Amino acid sequence: MKVTLHIWRQSRQSTKGDFAQDGRMVRYELDHVSADMSFLEMLDVLNEQLIHKGEEPVAFDHDCREGICGSCGVVIDGVPHGPERGTTTCQLHMRSFKDGAEIWVEPWRAAAFPVVRDLVVDRSSFDRVVQKGAFISVGTGAPQDANAIPVPKHDADRAFDAATCIGCGACVAACKNASAMLFVGAKVSHFMHLPQGRVEREQRARDLVAAMDREGFGNCTNQYECEAACPKEIPVRVIAEMNREFVRAKAVEEPASDKGTGGHG
Amino acid sequence: MKLDAKIPSGPIQDKWDTRRFDLKLVNPANKRKYKVLVVGSGLAGASAAASLAELGYQVECFCFQDSPRRAHSIAAQGGINAAKNYRNDGDSVWRLFYDTVKGGDFRAREANVYRLAQLSVNIIDQAVAQGVPFAREYGGLLDNRSFGGAQVSRTFYARGQTGQQLLLGAYASLSRQIGLGAVKMFPRTEMLDVVLVDGHAKGIVVRDLVTGEVRSHAGDAVVLATGGYGNVFYLSTNAKGCNVTATWRAHKRGAGFANPCYTQIHPTCIPVSGDHQSKLTLMSESLRNDGRVWVPKAAGDKRQPSEIPDDERDYYLERKYPSFGNLAPRDIASRAAMQVCDEGRGIGETGLGVFLDFRDSIKRLGKDAIAARYGNLFHMYAKITAEDPYSRPMRIFPAVHYTMGGLWVDYDLQSTIPGLFVLGEANFSDHGANRLGASALMQGLADGYFVIPYTVGGYLAGQKAGSVGSDRPEFASTVAGVQEMTRKLLSIQGKRTVDDFHKALGKIMWGKCGMARNEAGLQQALQEIPVLREEFWRDVRVLGSNESLNQSLEKAGRVADFLEFGELMCRDALERRESCGGHFREEWQDEGEARRDDENFCHAAVWEYQGEGKAPVRHEEPLAFENVHLAVRSYK
Repeated sequence: MKVTLHIWRQSRQSTKGDFAQDGRMVRYELDHVSADMSFLEMLDVLNEQLIHKGEEPVAFDHDCREGICGSCGVVIDGVPHGPERGTTTCQLHMRSFKDGAEIWVEPWRAAAFPVVRDLVVDRSSFDRVVQKGAFISVGTGAPQDANAIPVPKHDADRAFDAATCIGCGACVAACKNASAMLFVGAKVSHFMHLPQGRVEREQRARDLVAAMDREGFGNCTNQYECEAACPKEIPVRVIAEMNREFVRAKAVEEPASDKGTGGHG
Repeated sequence: MKLDAKIPSGPIQDKWDTRRFDLKLVNPANKRKYKVLVVGSGLAGASAAASLAELGYQVECFCFQDSPRRAHSIAAQGGINAAKNYRNDGDSVWRLFYDTVKGGDFRAREANVYRLAQLSVNIIDQAVAQGVPFAREYGGLLDNRSFGGAQVSRTFYARGQTGQQLLLGAYASLSRQIGLGAVKMFPRTEMLDVVLVDGHAKGIVVRDLVTGEVRSHAGDAVVLATGGYGNVFYLSTNAKGCNVTATWRAHKRGAGFANPCYTQIHPTCIPVSGDHQSKLTLMSESLRNDGRVWVPKAAGDKRQPSEIPDDERDYYLERKYPSFGNLAPRDIASRAAMQVCDEGRGIGETGLGVFLDFRDSIKRLGKDAIAARYGNLFHMYAKITAEDPYSRPMRIFPAVHYTMGGLWVDYDLQSTIPGLFVLGEANFSDHGANRLGASALMQGLADGYFVIPYTVGGYLAGQKAGSVGSDRPEFASTVAGVQEMTRKLLSIQGKRTVDDFHKALGKIMWGKCGMARNEAGLQQALQEIPVLREEFWRDVRVLGSNESLNQSLEKAGRVADFLEFGELMCRDALERRESCGGHFREEWQDEGEARRDDENFCHAAVWEYQGEGKAPVRHEEPLAFENVHLAVRSYK
């Protein structure tokens, strides 16, 4: 099959003052595309052709190419990760497009995800949020036997459903407010469903919400675009759970010694 | 090169206790004066970085991905072994040890494997404490499944995403230490050389992949947890970024490389669909718990699988290995698949495939039960092939998956360069010539959480903290060497792309050093690789500049190293004149079963670099089997 691509090209990193830099959409024609190719393999073919022509290839993040590392992700025809539900860009295949299709490819757009180059963005804001409390404060050592605390299967499954998040950032890219609440909610939900995670629940909710705000992510206005875009189909209930945990944490008096320390250990 | 494995004396059960007591300690107030550089943030690297920081050392951690959470450990599917014996089915530390030594075809070091089996138990406890959501039963206790090469159920799992959940557990611990300021994290940073001062590893040279800056970091010890070299084949189940660069460049600085020819071909991957293929996708071994592997009895039978009645199907694993059946170890299952394809009974358009059929399990357990166990894998399969594995058997074929060889390490996981420690898939120590399923996660985490925190301390106790700064001339000269290589890659401006060379190398490696190897093929590969490498340095085209994100340049450096490493791999395969585990030499077989030569090859082969254009020297570390008796491995 044959496709026409419009791809965002940008050679310099975005800055606060100049978000788009020299960025622009560039048109490419690509022939002999196989329906069995993944979207990224199609970009590989384009890049090989560009290099032969003496043009710099399109930069895009990718690694495992099996939908689990969360590296890849571009906005395809306005939709993060493209038209298939529950699918990362690397698992999207060209059979999802018609012969002769015109496809628009852009990077994630969010103030908290500045563009590094072409389709590559900087998602370190996610890591910084996690560093403020998306963990259980237990060091390496000799904890009790793994079966000492039974966890109801239902709770373990709920925790798993949230923990399956791959941190790709599609939720932020899909949201008109560039909110990270599906991502952060998934962390809160994962730990609140496990007895081990409940010890620090108030502190965690407070710290993660504060960190998320500090990074410049927006708020949630209940459009559920994030859930629709999430390649792991994380449900928006995690946002409700996070809000509940946050309200609960607000109701519990904050211990004076913990105030403002962040990154509790 | 002196190879002293430093295995503690005494009964195998007591060796690790003995070593832990003998290792010198660094007192808590002094720990913060030492800096440890950890390269890689997968299971081994992240767990090591977090654990060392918790002890009080200053830690700097490096990864080439944009976040430490994305290391390729994340893609491990099936599970992690631990000798918990929660099923009351006869498991024990001794049995896990025995299975692993036997599974590795008696080419691993007994003492290391025993320690691994001992520590396996702690890993599960640690992970549960971190909040890793393992699968549970209705009673709230942990569930288990079976894996290849074992007759007990000792594999803990989190649906088909066990690696992801364990890595996120280690990443969470690492993140906590980063938040506390105890670990300094450097993502999108690739290690390109080790700095040696007075023979000890005292620093590394890295390239910032966003700005192109090449700089050095000084430390008191260096820990490499940089994974395996499966991408030397171009097509493998590894992530695209996986590479040999860190270990290869350490090798060129003097670290011995052990058993590079030991590569694991995983039996259940999705077959190649065309020339555009950029990687291969694994279908977890756990599927063989409920799936049955078969091909038509008659060669050239191209009927739809549903039209082939049972008596015209050959469930060849069940037939050949009745006591292990579909759960035969990976090397054996892969070779059996290759054999039936060679007989013309392979399925699919290319004839390079076999069926993995869930019909009987779905009939027995229901579709929902199968979906609960393997839902994400079935989903992934359907995405890639556009076929529904619930109603039609999966098509699978062996693919390169894991590399058992790696940098040689002693019992303390220290390489032949003092101060350079190597963990996880990057080292060679625990899996011999074949790794059993669900043992990679176990090894990465045992090394990182429970071995390195002790053994690094033992080394540091004999070193003066912060004795070497990056003002030593060795740092500047190593940086200059890396900059020169980058400059050279950008200046060639030839005609062929980096991927083009990588594919050409992969073709040589898969054809002549893949599933089956022979003298003539290996000799030929040893002629072809240097020619290809010479052409690479004459005709590769890397566009763009050093001073920005340049993915072609990153790849070019990695492929340049694969082009050198591939030669060593073939040389090792040539010199190992026996078949064992994943290394199958056609000259040494008994009707398709590997024939070991214990008299001449019961050792690890360790290669010493001699400089460009010079043949490397082969050393041997003899392997003694005092607890598991050398025997012909049988799964029949």
